[in-house]
Amino acid sequence: MIEISGLSHSIRGTQILAPTTLTLPAGQITALIGPNGAGKSTLSRLIARIEAPPAGTVRVNGLDVATTHGGRLARELAFMGQHTGLASRLRVGELVAFGRWPHCHGRPGAADRAAVAQALQDFELEPLAKRFLDTLSGGQAQRAHLAMAAAQETPWLILDEPLNNLDLAHARALMAYLARLRDGGRSVLIVLHDLNFAAGWADHVVAMKGGAVVAEGTPHEVLTAPALSALYETEIAVATHGERPLVLHHLP
Amino acid sequence: MPTRLLWPLAAAVLGLLAIASLMIGAASFESGQTSAETLLWVSRVPRTAAAILTGAALAVSGVVMQQIVRNRFVEPATAGTPEAAAAGLLAVTLIAPGAPIWVKMAVAALAALGGAVLFAALIRRLPAREVFLVPLAGLILAGVIGAGVTFVAWETDLLQYVSVWLMSGEFSGVIAGRYELLWIAGAAAALAWFAADRFAILGLGPEAATALGLNPRAVLRLGLGVVALVTAMVVVSVGMFPFVGLILPNLVTRVMGDNLRAALPVVALGGAIFVLGCDILGRVLIHPYEIPAGTIVGVLGALAFLWLLWRGDRDAG
Repeated sequence: MIEISGLSHSIRGTQILAPTTLTLPAGQITALIGPNGAGKSTLSRLIARIEAPPAGTVRVNGLDVATTHGGRLARELAFMGQHTGLASRLRVGELVAFGRWPHCHGRPGAADRAAVAQALQDFELEPLAKRFLDTLSGGQAQRAHLAMAAAQETPWLILDEPLNNLDLAHARALMAYLARLRDGGRSVLIVLHDLNFAAGWADHVVAMKGGAVVAEGTPHEVLTAPALSALYETEIAVATHGERPLVLHHLP
Repeated sequence: MPTRLLWPLAAAVLGLLAIASLMIGAASFESGQTSAETLLWVSRVPRTAAAILTGAALAVSGVVMQQIVRNRFVEPATAGTPEAAAAGLLAVTLIAPGAPIWVKMAVAALAALGGAVLFAALIRRLPAREVFLVPLAGLILAGVIGAGVTFVAWETDLLQYVSVWLMSGEFSGVIAGRYELLWIAGAAAALAWFAADRFAILGLGPEAATALGLNPRAVLRLGLGVVALVTAMVVVSVGMFPFVGLILPNLVTRVMGDNLRAALPVVALGGAIFVLGCDILGRVLIHPYEIPAGTIVGVLGALAFLWLLWRGDRDAG
């Protein structure tokens, strides 16, 4: 469980995140949605202590991220941000192996090697394991960074727009992978722009706008036509497909 | 060729060069002017060790700086660090001329650290995508500090004294007792190898480093410390050698990548081969006179750098 209490953030007097109190359930996939500039990335980065919280507290499975040692937190939560573009000249296998750093500090044991091999397999990276990152396509590099976070094997996985650069098949494979993690008892927070990925896979949806949380609940509760039309200030319809909502924006 | 064979090969080449270096010089072992044993231990061994330590430490400090500022086109020698060390030496010479040598070294190292910190702070404000702004900022910083040092040295009649540090380096003055500070530079480079994974992770960006549980600022401080210590000890002992920290890291990472734990030993050996090779060339080209190793390093290094830039364009295109 992630407990957020009174968390806020401002940059030079401009409020990026209004004081937020929120609980993210364990063992579920929570999707964070909202228009550009809603504060989704800021919130996910504050939770993952990429930026130090200026006010308020975040507790991940009881650990206060402001006071817990970084190495301890790295065994509790893994984070993948959007700044994966500036490519380092590492091989894919070496990058994924760095995901084990919080566990082995550069001295990998059998468990570490197994986790790296599993992550390479899960993200279909085995044929690319010896390739340098700066020779990969955007989508391949994105999968390599995802595999690094996956290899960390943490109870919480926090992903900021992980579907960037991924084609439909790989995006779907990622969501199915996250669902498998969830079924194994792990928890996921994922920032999504494509609402149908939230509709199709999330257990819990948090909607943000203007630096504040405006709605949270199950996909059926949050992903409604009036709520989404107001959230994005454009006309959106919602149908039901199977047991899940289906968001439609190409209206006649 | 598998990259794991690179370091034994480089070690073998360096070994051969070291043997050559022990046998070549203005004085021959047969002349009888000095005993062969004295010549070997007082002059040849220290000179060979000095060239190896200088090359290895400078090449490693180049890698470290490139990782912590995330730019392949910088090295301490083009970022104002040697000039800052010289400024520190000049200041301590003016303020406390009688200070013991270790005080002067400490001040030089601290000043070099100040210069490196200033450079790191300066480039934080530059847009990351403008790759060539970072080395340019380094050159400007080096120019400004260097001009200040030259001005003060001119005013105080110490220009000749200062020029020893800022002109291209050489090893002809190296004898036992006058190069041992370079072992500190070597130790700092060895320390960098123990922190190699940390530097490689920092090269992924502060965000990724934080996510993996590292404190990016702590790794940055460690890197700046290594850079400052290496630069100060080299400048004080033998003067500055440009391009060593630029060429070797770029050549080696092209083949081996940024997995520094594997690449750093090869970078260090490569730097030692380059500088020792240039020193040997300098001794034999116009024998019995000498061309300073730093001059040859500068000429060959500039050519190699141009080639790297040209090749880089072709790879990208």
